[in-house]
Amino acid sequence: MRNNPSVFPVDPAWEGTGTSRIPFWAYTDPAIYKRELDRLFYNKHWCYVGLEAEVPNPGDFKRTVVGERSVIMTRTEDGTIHVVENVCAHRGMQFCRERHGNKKELVCPYHQWNYTLKGDLQGVPFRRGVKQDGKVVGGMPKDFKVEDHGLTKLKVATRGGVVFASFDHEIESLEDFMGPEIIKYFDRLFNGRQLKILGYNRQRIPGNWKLMQENIKDPYHPGLLHTWFVTYGLWRADNKSELKMDARHRHAAMISTRNNAKVKSEEVTAGVTSFKESMQVNDPRLLDIVQEDWWGGPTAVMMTLFPSVIFQQQVNSVSTRHIQPNGNGSFDFVWTHFAFEDDTPEMVQRRLIQANLFGPAGFVSADDGEVIELSQFGFEQKPAHRAVAELGGTEVGDTDHMVTETLIRGMYEYWREAMGV
Amino acid sequence: MIDFTTYQALTQLYADYAAAIDSEDWDQWVSLFSEECEYKVQPRENYERGFPLCTLALISRAMLKDRVYGITETLFHDPYYQRHVVGLPRILKVEGDVIEAEANYAVFRTKLSQESTVFSVGRYLDRLRKTPEGLKFESRLCIYDTEMIPNSIIYPI
Repeated sequence: MRNNPSVFPVDPAWEGTGTSRIPFWAYTDPAIYKRELDRLFYNKHWCYVGLEAEVPNPGDFKRTVVGERSVIMTRTEDGTIHVVENVCAHRGMQFCRERHGNKKELVCPYHQWNYTLKGDLQGVPFRRGVKQDGKVVGGMPKDFKVEDHGLTKLKVATRGGVVFASFDHEIESLEDFMGPEIIKYFDRLFNGRQLKILGYNRQRIPGNWKLMQENIKDPYHPGLLHTWFVTYGLWRADNKSELKMDARHRHAAMISTRNNAKVKSEEVTAGVTSFKESMQVNDPRLLDIVQEDWWGGPTAVMMTLFPSVIFQQQVNSVSTRHIQPNGNGSFDFVWTHFAFEDDTPEMVQRRLIQANLFGPAGFVSADDGEVIELSQFGFEQKPAHRAVAELGGTEVGDTDHMVTETLIRGMYEYWREAMGV
Repeated sequence: MIDFTTYQALTQLYADYAAAIDSEDWDQWVSLFSEECEYKVQPRENYERGFPLCTLALISRAMLKDRVYGITETLFHDPYYQRHVVGLPRILKVEGDVIEAEANYAVFRTKLSQESTVFSVGRYLDRLRKTPEGLKFESRLCIYDTEMIPNSIIYPI
């Protein structure tokens, strides 16, 4: 009697040097995930923490995460931005519970240790003991120095109103981290104009965090899964488009120009079940797209900055999407929609209405979360198996079309190197 | 205060609304709104901080129909049932033909062969108008406490 090989990998190892066949255990193995946190989120990578516009005034703070670690972004009296870890230096309590607010100092309620907004310890109750019956009892040891017991400080970099942080103080500059090609697209969106926060959407997606990076490095699915994109020509396989990466293939930009709305094409719409010729929006305001000068041509640029964030410009809707992993099989996805200070009220309203396409209930984004959840189900049931990402071949490189999975292969080339897998 | 007949019409409308969406009768859902209307689903934090972003912001009956098209024709999702439990309406204001009222809601989601979970809890904040066709929603805001959405919201709340 012959048995099937086990569906559970023994000593998971990635065969060969290629990156087009991704083992399912890359998404299901808790040990791999812990290594990702250490190597990708806590060292050598700038992670997104927020927008300067979220903390406009001195004393403003926002609680967020880097990887799984809770951090607080603050703006101090001198106007600078600081990021500190939300863990008290005394007994380790994750003391800050508000999600945002304004404070003069950070205080842990457990024993009232208090810190400046930069994370320096400034007060310890009973440090020099307490007078009792004419003598001083207790207190911290003579050699206790407040300088040695501040909150863990992160290195901070800001550009164009976007704030990044890293626990790794030896990290390369933000500009070197992004590389010249990606910076160009970053600066296109964050060109120094003041940002205006429109609000948040939050969703918990029961799938591995990398799947969201891959989703936005995958120009193959939008013209198939997302009917709205196809029918209105927002994203189609025959759109004029480019795919670009940084030199190390970890970050990417998918650049596309809208055309062909309602035009049938033998190759890209015939047989595509999601293309609905008869489709008409009842209320045209849903797709009331107005060209903006700063686009410089492309109608959509979707950027993935590895490992923590996605920057969206899809017609008039702009947002950041923060990936916050919690375990190997789940991540929180936090959307921050914004507008620009020089927007007319009509443009702000247009951005708000086009936001219906995106987010956890979006006409085009709701099903992204669904397919990610169901992909994770597939991985979990046979982790020794692998995915095939071979559209456009097995090589990695920039392209001037979108009929390829090159960006996913590029990300795994980098991932294998960084993870030693 | 409003007369009992009006109050009864109001509670009937709330019950009809929950029945329509729980039974996936989308045409009926749309019919409960006036032509000029808004339907918004918004996280409580945005509402309370004065941020205008909504998870869904449909600003006409025509746009509600577009959402129905999305639900029935374009959005891929894992199938699920939903079940609404709506509290008694609390009248906030009556002015001519317009009533402002609010009510708490809880929505349970049940996926095929899985347990039922709390999907969303929150509050409806409504403006209703008496019309020749009966009481209609002129505005329904769903302000939800469950800010961390369990993956996605497909059907109306």
